Amino acid sequence: MSLTPLNARQLAAKTLAGAPFPGTTAASPPEVVKSPGARSLEADDLLLTAARPPRDPQALTSALLYLDAITVSFDGFRALNALSLVIGDKEMRAIIGPNGAGKTTMMDVITGKTRPNTGTALFAGVHDLTALDEASIAQLGIGRKFQTPTVFDMHTVEDNVLLAVKADRRAFANITWHRTAHERARVDELLERVRLQDQRLRRAGDLSHGQKQWLEIGMLLAQEPRLLLVDEPAAGMTDQETADTAVLLREIAKTRSVVVVEHDMQFVRDLDVKVTVLHEGAVLAEGPLDQVSADARVIEVYLGR
Amino acid sequence: MRGIIDRTGGIFLVLVLAAAVLVPASNLLLPEGSALHVPDYMIPLLGKYLTYALLAVAVDLVWGYCGVLSLGHGAFFALGGYAMGMYLMRQIGPRGVYGNPVLPDFMVFLNYHELPWFWLGFNWFPFAMVMVLLVPGLLAFVFGWFAFRSRVTGVYLSIITQAMTFALMLAFFRNDMGFGGNNGLTDFKDILGFSIQAPETRLVLFVASALALAAGYLICRGLVTSKYGKVLVAVRDAESRTRFLGYRVENYKLVAWTLSAMLAGVAGALYVPQVGIINPGEFAPAQSIEMVIWVAVGGRGTLVGAALGALIVNAGKTWFTGVLPEAWLFALGALFVGVTLFLPKGVLGLGAQLSGRLRRPEPAAPSPTPTPAE
Repeated sequence: MSLTPLNARQLAAKTLAGAPFPGTTAASPPEVVKSPGARSLEADDLLLTAARPPRDPQALTSALLYLDAITVSFDGFRALNALSLVIGDKEMRAIIGPNGAGKTTMMDVITGKTRPNTGTALFAGVHDLTALDEASIAQLGIGRKFQTPTVFDMHTVEDNVLLAVKADRRAFANITWHRTAHERARVDELLERVRLQDQRLRRAGDLSHGQKQWLEIGMLLAQEPRLLLVDEPAAGMTDQETADTAVLLREIAKTRSVVVVEHDMQFVRDLDVKVTVLHEGAVLAEGPLDQVSADARVIEVYLGR
Repeated sequence: MRGIIDRTGGIFLVLVLAAAVLVPASNLLLPEGSALHVPDYMIPLLGKYLTYALLAVAVDLVWGYCGVLSLGHGAFFALGGYAMGMYLMRQIGPRGVYGNPVLPDFMVFLNYHELPWFWLGFNWFPFAMVMVLLVPGLLAFVFGWFAFRSRVTGVYLSIITQAMTFALMLAFFRNDMGFGGNNGLTDFKDILGFSIQAPETRLVLFVASALALAAGYLICRGLVTSKYGKVLVAVRDAESRTRFLGYRVENYKLVAWTLSAMLAGVAGALYVPQVGIINPGEFAPAQSIEMVIWVAVGGRGTLVGAALGALIVNAGKTWFTGVLPEAWLFALGALFVGVTLFLPKGVLGLGAQLSGRLRRPEPAAPSPTPTPAE
């Protein structure tokens, strides 16, 4: 099977549809292959590729997360409208947009909760995210933090982290499980990192809102994801907690990719990363916060009101 | 194995094992007039309670720890009972009314000429015992495979479990199903060569029921205290969060669900020789709902509470139906409402509250307000 590269310019144009800044094409152009005769990148091709052992030469793109022309309709309403987004390895990206812009739906697609009607979603260039369920995607290394802190209220803080620590996820393996020294050390380390070591034996349900947010971030780190999706981490936090969270996320982003969806502009400013503006299910603008917030269209739909 | 038996569990096991020793001792050794003498007629009654307690533990495993409210556990109980009943029917041999050495009476009556294929092997005790586990287990596995994979949860799942047991009830009521129709299986003579009516056999069955309850409790307790059990509770409290951690939730539910059905089957198999009959009434939806009430009364998500609830409610039922037979269902309803309103953690929760041990709640205990549909 001979592989011919898809017109890279065409793809880059598609990826950045609506982005008014030519200088914002920071992500390297993906090297997408397609089989001869096919008019577009078909899901079948991706499945074939995904079935092979994940070797980098097989990767269709060098980006860690590659979304192209993702469309999701709910009863005729287009929650995502040909959304394209590329996140590089160890990149941190802030996603902003008014309510209903499709931020949560985008996360649902990436994590396997929602199947897109059309479009391509690739992880590490080889894994077709549209063909996998939540558990497989999580095991691949995509972690997700929900808008409202979702921890296991009835478990202790320690057990919450333990359940998240990367380990065998199979049911039978966990029946005969014994706590290993490695797991113990990991839990200690993570609790310290999210500053909950004093709370370890408390029930997670008894924690304050901010502590729950941090516990959930700790659980995400425990999964050792390559890509972290964080939905409004600063929601309901005090100013100090918000600032601390920004520091924590920036530290995390040194070793893995992080996508942050956030409404709090001060928080986005603290993060100091490239910003993608979503509007009506598609990318409206992309670039540094100052540049994006100066864009007339962004002001119109989001900031100006 | 440290951590599997906590204080409550330890007390429970001691009491169950003590009952297994003391009840037969009292029955055999104490004179009939003694106040502590357990009369013969009480033995199968107490044994029946113990099988109900095991059934309640099985219901609690899936409801209390996994959030699966089954309104169809009576089906697994009845299937285990039928498997035992079929063995007991085959043991009757030529002693039936029609004297047919192979065919049970109801088959002769219904003009069967040979034993249906699914009755083959049931004259052999080990085979019947395997079926006691396998039939409910297989049904639960297939049912759970489809239900959990389709992500049916909450009320919808409860409704289809109810539909399952109702469908089985209608099927077993039919004479041409080959299970004795609405009369079910009865007139048993002996089990493993011992007369089923003999007081000694009944004592052995009582002890077997107590041991099965203890073993069933230990198995469930081992499961819920393992990391698997922690995941199960996580599934109960935040299912989608658990998925996003990489756990394949349906498999976790399926393991607990299938094991629970097998325990219910064992309970059914011990129940049948002690009450002497199994009929399609055991599949009735009301029976399955009653089991849930036992668990709620005792304290959901505690295992010991479930067993306790089964004993309390059934002892109450025996007493009440003796005194005021018409009022029992009202009393049961009032009990359920009362427990939901005033004892959200059940009798066991009340005990813990009184002794002040609720200061540090056990992490595995479910949320204080029971939401039956979760």
